Amino acid sequence: MTLQTPPPPHIHSGLRISHIMLQVIAALIPAIICYTWFFGWGLIINTLLAVLVALASEALMLKLRQRPLRPFLGDGSAVLTAMLLAFCIPPLAPWWITVLGVAFALIVGKHLYGGLGYNPFNPAMVGYVMLLISFPLEMTSWMPPFILEQLEIGFVDTLGMIFLNHFPYGLSIDALSSATPLDAMKTDLGLNKTVSEIMESNALFGDFAGTGWEWVGNWLLLGGVYLIYKRVISWHIPLAIIGTLFVIGSFFFLMDPDTYPSPLFHIFGGATILAAFFIATDPVSASTTPRGRIVYGIGIGIIIYVIRAWGGYPDAVAFAVLLMNMAAPTIDYYTQPRVYGHARGKD
Amino acid sequence: MADNPKDILNEGLWRNNAALVQLLGLCPLLAVSGTVVNALGLGLATTLVLAGSNVTVSLIRNLVRPELRIPTFVLIIASFVTAVELLMKAFVYDLYLILGIFIPLIVTNCVIIARAESFASKNHVGRSLLDGLSMGVGFTLVLVALGAMREVIGHGTLLAQAELMFGAGSEWLTITLLDDYRGFLLAILPPGAFIGLGLLIALKNVIDRRHETRRAAAPKAAAAPSGTETTATS
Repeated sequence: MTLQTPPPPHIHSGLRISHIMLQVIAALIPAIICYTWFFGWGLIINTLLAVLVALASEALMLKLRQRPLRPFLGDGSAVLTAMLLAFCIPPLAPWWITVLGVAFALIVGKHLYGGLGYNPFNPAMVGYVMLLISFPLEMTSWMPPFILEQLEIGFVDTLGMIFLNHFPYGLSIDALSSATPLDAMKTDLGLNKTVSEIMESNALFGDFAGTGWEWVGNWLLLGGVYLIYKRVISWHIPLAIIGTLFVIGSFFFLMDPDTYPSPLFHIFGGATILAAFFIATDPVSASTTPRGRIVYGIGIGIIIYVIRAWGGYPDAVAFAVLLMNMAAPTIDYYTQPRVYGHARGKD
Repeated sequence: MADNPKDILNEGLWRNNAALVQLLGLCPLLAVSGTVVNALGLGLATTLVLAGSNVTVSLIRNLVRPELRIPTFVLIIASFVTAVELLMKAFVYDLYLILGIFIPLIVTNCVIIARAESFASKNHVGRSLLDGLSMGVGFTLVLVALGAMREVIGHGTLLAQAELMFGAGSEWLTITLLDDYRGFLLAILPPGAFIGLGLLIALKNVIDRRHETRRAAAPKAAAAPSGTETTATS
């Protein structure tokens, strides 16, 4: 396909890749601070490690592919991938989890497909899914949010836990970690408990979803709204994902509130907000037409709900995003906007 | 079409390798290359069938009417697969149990019918045998390479369960590379097979390209001996 450039003069909007990536990174920072407040230093250490590994992998692959280092390393896309992936990894996961995941995301998920702009899948989610299916134990050892109220775990202790597998107070990762709210909900529903029993009996659950996690979600939401306001992302994908989850979630919740948690639980629980605003909106792997973005978002919402409610995994954001990434070119093909001046329904 | 024996060997082992170039027989290739021993077992069984069917097809190539050749080939291949299956049941029963359905499925391996149709039905017995062996060995080598990659990354061992293949007393063949290895599940699962095969194909292409540039550079270097090689390799 050749893109035809209309005759000059042109106005450059001023949006560069590095500018967009920096805005997204800035929008993530409040949520990272909130996460650190609830869950300790793990995320910050993981993020720093991930960024270092990402830059190293990116440089290595650029060198192998004989591309210039400076423009690609400086565009911030590798840093953003690393930050998003670090956000999805349990804060106390051993260091090699982060290193493997980020290296896989950038080398296999991005550069083997041709680098920025050519990757059909979201690299961060490729790395995450690889980790999830390869190391299920490490990838499900999450910290409960109230742990910091009981134990004093400082920066150095966290470093020791991540890099040396050395735990303070004679604890082990098994003693420290707990299920996520989505996981606990799934397990307890399997034991024939009702949703209200589960939410009341377990201190993991907060007002809508998980204590701590729901606050992280709120800050992510704020960052996402900022991105929409700045026009870095369009509103279509986030609204379609959250709207779909709300509609399907409400339908099943109203039918049987004992076995299906409320739609708010689905929206504020797990990684929904992160996915809706930060992951699914990746401009490379997502759908690009306005109508296509809505279809794409609805698809992600449906898959998230189906896997959460009836599937084998407690959360499904990564799978949903990857599956819809696969469908994105087809969606784009069928949702081409009408070109101004052409008749409806004709090419 | 290859003419002399050296070309036939080169075709099967490298230039027209069944797994890396023709991409035939991928189902067993991807499914049983989890460990070296499994890969070797299936590779040898396939080689045996390939050599046998090539020889037989070549022997009867002037007796069979062209309209009936495909069913005849299939029957011949099926007979060899049954024979190999019975042999494996008799001598390497445990390995037979592990490989399971993939032994009878050798019948459907496209490499075998492809060689029967495109080579053995047009060539002498000797050359057909050589072709069958070289194609089979080429396939086996890729299987073993893929099996080794997946086993080392997935389990941290090499030639685990060697006794299944070589009989009791050959356990010493097993090499444990990392003692306290937690395992890397992705390499053992199907995606690992696809990624591994992709990397092997890429490796082959890189080697071929290196070879090509060197060959292209060689006459140039001979013509202009002083210091012009750097431009040819870039």
